[in-house]
Amino acid sequence: MAAAPLITARGLVKRFGDFAAVAGIDVEVESGESFGFLGPNGAGKSSTMRMIGCVSPPTSGELRIFGLDPVTDGREIRARLGVVPQQDQLDAELTVEENLVVYGRYFDIPRAECRRRAAELLDFVQLTDRAGSKVDPLSGGMKRRVTIARSLINEPSLLLLDEPTTGLDPQARHVLWDRLYRLKQRGVTLVLTTHYMDEAEQLCDRLVVMDGGRIVAEGSPRSLIQQHSTREVLELRYAPGTNEERAHAIADIGDRQEVLPDRVLVYTHDGEAALHEVHERDAAPISSLVRRSSLEDVFLRLTGRTLVD
Amino acid sequence: MTSSTRNRVGRNRVGTPPAVRVWERSLLLHGRVWKSSLLGSFLQPLLYLAGMGLGVGALVDATTGSPELLGGVSYLAFIAPALLVAAAMMVCAQDSLWPMLDGFIWSEAYKGMAATPLTPGQVSDGIALWHATRAVVTAGGFAIVLVLFDDTRTWGLLAAVPVGVATGLAFALPITAWAATRDGDRSFPAILRFGIIPTFLFAGVFFPIEQLPAAIQPIAMVTPLWHGVELARGAVLGTLSAPAASLHSAVLVAYVFAGAVLCRRAFGRRLGS
Ligand SMILES: Nc1ncnc2c1ncn2[C@@H]1O[C@H](COP(=O)(O)OP(=O)(O)OP(=O)(O)O)[C@@H](O)[C@H]1O
Ligand SMILES: [Mg+2]
Repeated sequence: MAAAPLITARGLVKRFGDFAAVAGIDVEVESGESFGFLGPNGAGKSSTMRMIGCVSPPTSGELRIFGLDPVTDGREIRARLGVVPQQDQLDAELTVEENLVVYGRYFDIPRAECRRRAAELLDFVQLTDRAGSKVDPLSGGMKRRVTIARSLINEPSLLLLDEPTTGLDPQARHVLWDRLYRLKQRGVTLVLTTHYMDEAEQLCDRLVVMDGGRIVAEGSPRSLIQQHSTREVLELRYAPGTNEERAHAIADIGDRQEVLPDRVLVYTHDGEAALHEVHERDAAPISSLVRRSSLEDVFLRLTGRTLVD
Repeated sequence: MTSSTRNRVGRNRVGTPPAVRVWERSLLLHGRVWKSSLLGSFLQPLLYLAGMGLGVGALVDATTGSPELLGGVSYLAFIAPALLVAAAMMVCAQDSLWPMLDGFIWSEAYKGMAATPLTPGQVSDGIALWHATRAVVTAGGFAIVLVLFDDTRTWGLLAAVPVGVATGLAFALPITAWAATRDGDRSFPAILRFGIIPTFLFAGVFFPIEQLPAAIQPIAMVTPLWHGVELARGAVLGTLSAPAASLHSAVLVAYVFAGAVLCRRAFGRRLGS
């Protein structure tokens, strides 16, 4: 018998007044998997996460977490969840360790046990040497790691991460990804939101692409790319303001094109061959790049817009 | 992972009440400044009593007619119990503005709490408990200072402390409920300037409200401060009648109770929607 899904949402809606931030989504997350919500600003990612985190009641639709109903069993669900909110919510004036202990107390974990776990978790996020320092002067990446350590204080089996690495530099992001990957290996189910396609590709077994409160596609990163994009992409840069005109001249090259303000994207199974053809047309670009398709391209295809602008 | 949690924490452990666990955070944050804060609880009353009680008091006590007006006591004895209550009001009002907004919009600490098994109502109760703690320290510190003066060294001080706490909460809870609905602090200075300071000046602390124009007296009488002042002064000077004591206490209790309900509702809306 297959285990029941950890999260089930059917026709889930969240309205603020007349505005539907989440406009009816269906989601299932299995135990042990790592699941992502990918979408641009305002897609409804945080609103969805807050409903799953049982701090925001759904307007309509069905939602079950651990098989429980957030409306009636919110406390029990929250006791078993770890939450990394979009904003860190740390007490800047308290030390790193104090932040963890205070938070552990909200779960009614005895103080001594909180301290023991805090030491273990700070070791896990590689911040043992900062345990006694105030949070305020820490870098963004360190604060994020403190928040992740804090979210694990109740030893949750399901961890919700709302944009875990937004605003961090590449190195800090990789450190975080590595820690999250370890958690996943320990069997913790990860549910995260992101508007970075590379993050989704790194961390998610499966994801949904959200836009305007709706799910526009679902699958593994690889299958989404296969379904909605070509193998390769040829990026062409022309003199400013001439993209439209140039694109017109090469319109029949490749399977499909996207004309962005700063470049023309040619979708094709063979980027080098397409570039060769472009040169033969006397439409040589200022610069060009052949790359593999990514979730960014999937998003562009599905919504006509870029993820991060 | 959850089963190991239960084993290690122990199945039969008696937990700490939720409001106390919320209160622990405030205590820890306050712990950074407790020395200066405690010093303030003693210094401020001493300054007020020296300046108003002894300085202004010397003038007032020498004026013909004032002993009758003040009920036959020195000006120091007249204002000291009232200042005790007013100090609790001041501390509680301040604590209910910016620190609350911090929990909702700057540090978002209260949102963090709401993501744990704590309910918004329990968070609200924990905050109320903290306001009460601040009021106890403020009123208690003031009472200890009053023991130093012959005119105010009475058993009534023991009653003045809980009166100060109730008055503090009568302000703290409604103001906290208001702060919980705000997205910025623009209205806060006005609350202090046009609400708290005039109350401090005109609700019977420095002179009997009978001195006010008849039209203004009812306004002074609806403030929790006036009821707290009447109670504390009556208790310390031994002039309180049973009916007056019951009436003033009932008003304060009603303010505190209504404030707690408003607070819980405001926290529920802010943290759970
Ligand atoms: N409490 C609220 N009241 C009114 N509107 C809200 C509220 N919370 C969110 N919204 C609106 O709902 C929409 C979705 O917001 P949400 O925060 O869920 O998006 P998001 O995908 O997390 O975006 P971001 O990447 O910017 O974090 C936005 O248009 C937002 O303005
Ligand atoms: Mg968001």
